[in-house]
Amino acid sequence: MKKFMNQPDTMLTESLQGFAAAHADLVTLHLDPNYLVRAKQAQNKVAVISGGGSGHEPLHSGLLGYGMLDAVCPGFVFTSPSPDQMLAAAEAVECGKGVLFIVKNYAGDVMNFEMAAEMLSCESATVLTSDDVAVENSTYTTGRRGVAGTVIVEKVVGSLAETGADLATCKALGDRVNRRTASMGVALTSCTVPAAGKPTFQLGEQELEMGVGIHGEPGRRREAMRPADEIVADLVKAILHDLAPASGSEILLLVNGFAGTPLMELYLLYNSAARLLQSHGLIISRSLVGNYTTALDMAGASITVCLLDDEIKQHWDSPVHTAALRWGM
Amino acid sequence: MAFGVILLHPDLSPAWRLIITDRHHQPSGYASTSLRSIQYVKTDFILAAIDAVNSAILSHEADIEGLDRDIGDGDHYINIKRGCAAAAAMRPELENLTPDAALQKIGMKVLSSIGGASGPLVASFFLEMAKAIKLKEPISLADHAALFATGVAGIQHRGKAQVGEKTMMDVLIPVSTLLTQLASTHSELDADAIHAIKAEAEKGMLATRDMLATKGRAAGLGERAIGHIDPGAKSCQVMIHAVCDMLLGQAH
Repeated sequence: MKKFMNQPDTMLTESLQGFAAAHADLVTLHLDPNYLVRAKQAQNKVAVISGGGSGHEPLHSGLLGYGMLDAVCPGFVFTSPSPDQMLAAAEAVECGKGVLFIVKNYAGDVMNFEMAAEMLSCESATVLTSDDVAVENSTYTTGRRGVAGTVIVEKVVGSLAETGADLATCKALGDRVNRRTASMGVALTSCTVPAAGKPTFQLGEQELEMGVGIHGEPGRRREAMRPADEIVADLVKAILHDLAPASGSEILLLVNGFAGTPLMELYLLYNSAARLLQSHGLIISRSLVGNYTTALDMAGASITVCLLDDEIKQHWDSPVHTAALRWGM
Repeated sequence: MAFGVILLHPDLSPAWRLIITDRHHQPSGYASTSLRSIQYVKTDFILAAIDAVNSAILSHEADIEGLDRDIGDGDHYINIKRGCAAAAAMRPELENLTPDAALQKIGMKVLSSIGGASGPLVASFFLEMAKAIKLKEPISLADHAALFATGVAGIQHRGKAQVGEKTMMDVLIPVSTLLTQLASTHSELDADAIHAIKAEAEKGMLATRDMLATKGRAAGLGERAIGHIDPGAKSCQVMIHAVCDMLLGQAH
């Protein structure tokens, strides 16, 4: 293992401190318990809080700021944060309209956020993201995993919350976006968890893992390396099977890198996926390409399709200012 | 995990501390002492049990870690060890608290120090018992069995696993059921009863070997998990044995 670090134990803290210093205009970091809030706190809105294991950056800390999240609770690498972090974060940002937690569907995350919600003194609701169509029951969860589609949920719900919408309305939109979003990923290499020091799984030079999760969990199958168009065809097929969109539907296409694959290849995947989706009669009206939900140093990518409607589109387009997404302001 | 069992013992003599600090010194004749006249849960017991569990976990590092490497992601031992150490280090701030307050604080501490999925599960055991004691002080053996069952139900409510899913519940549910049965025929726990509890924990742990996992991290392995004991069931059994041995006044 070769990684930029001083000691595995202090890696997360040092990285968080670097993030907070680099984006001091956007975020403020609190340590022990660890959570981040916007540098300029919002008022009179539902407080939108997310979090999860670290190693998926920019999810979620890079999505903290105007138009998206109010607070983020980073856990250790690939480990759910704990309720004390969520309670401290909620106390810091709640401003009378309740707290909406956005949680990726993994057993640990679900239980920790559930306990935090029970202990909170204010009103709260939770949107569970479960956009991964690769496996019904994966290693880490009961039910589908939450992966890159979480970025879309956080953008759309974050925008709605900014308008002063109430908690139930924000939750309902989050659930709707989640239902209309499907993702599937493929890995070309494993990732290496710093504390473990060796790759989580082994992939041969000519192998790929189809349907991989964002922690290196096994996917649908291991198979021989193939041309990109064929890989994309399998991913798109699974996604369309799940969403069953009507011809003429408008979609948002997200090609997400796991951090170890160059943008040049991500754009190649976008090109391939876009053509294929168009050939199915779908209209790609919004796009996002880049590393948004990563898996440490894994090489690979996922494709996410979100079925748009006017409301979702409007909230996708609205101004946002975070470390990882910024437009309209 | 197994602290409910120690709540069944009536008093904490200095001999307990001797067992904890030096396991080679057995208080003579303690194993044959009848365990009876339950009055109420004492904080001293909770603390002694935490120490016993902490020592037992440390001495089972290789077994637990090996099992988790086979079918988990290799961090169960480290997480549990961190939780036990954090709870043991709380002794000074817990000593003068009422049992419900002590259990509440331990629950919150393991919640934040174990993390992941195990944190909420272990924490639920303590937090639910803390709530129950506050409502009703346990007096009889049946009350204490019910208290333990409340803690176990807390874990089950959180993790939603049943017996047969290859988890810690395969140890906890049978042990809790046995305790309830014992309470219906005994007014006190004697050495035979404690040995029966140990055997039940062992049996539950071993039974996970041939199960398919449908909850927890091993669930994605399907058939590949068969033939491996569940690491969570193992650590749970180690904890229950630690507390039972403490009750029996035996050194490991």
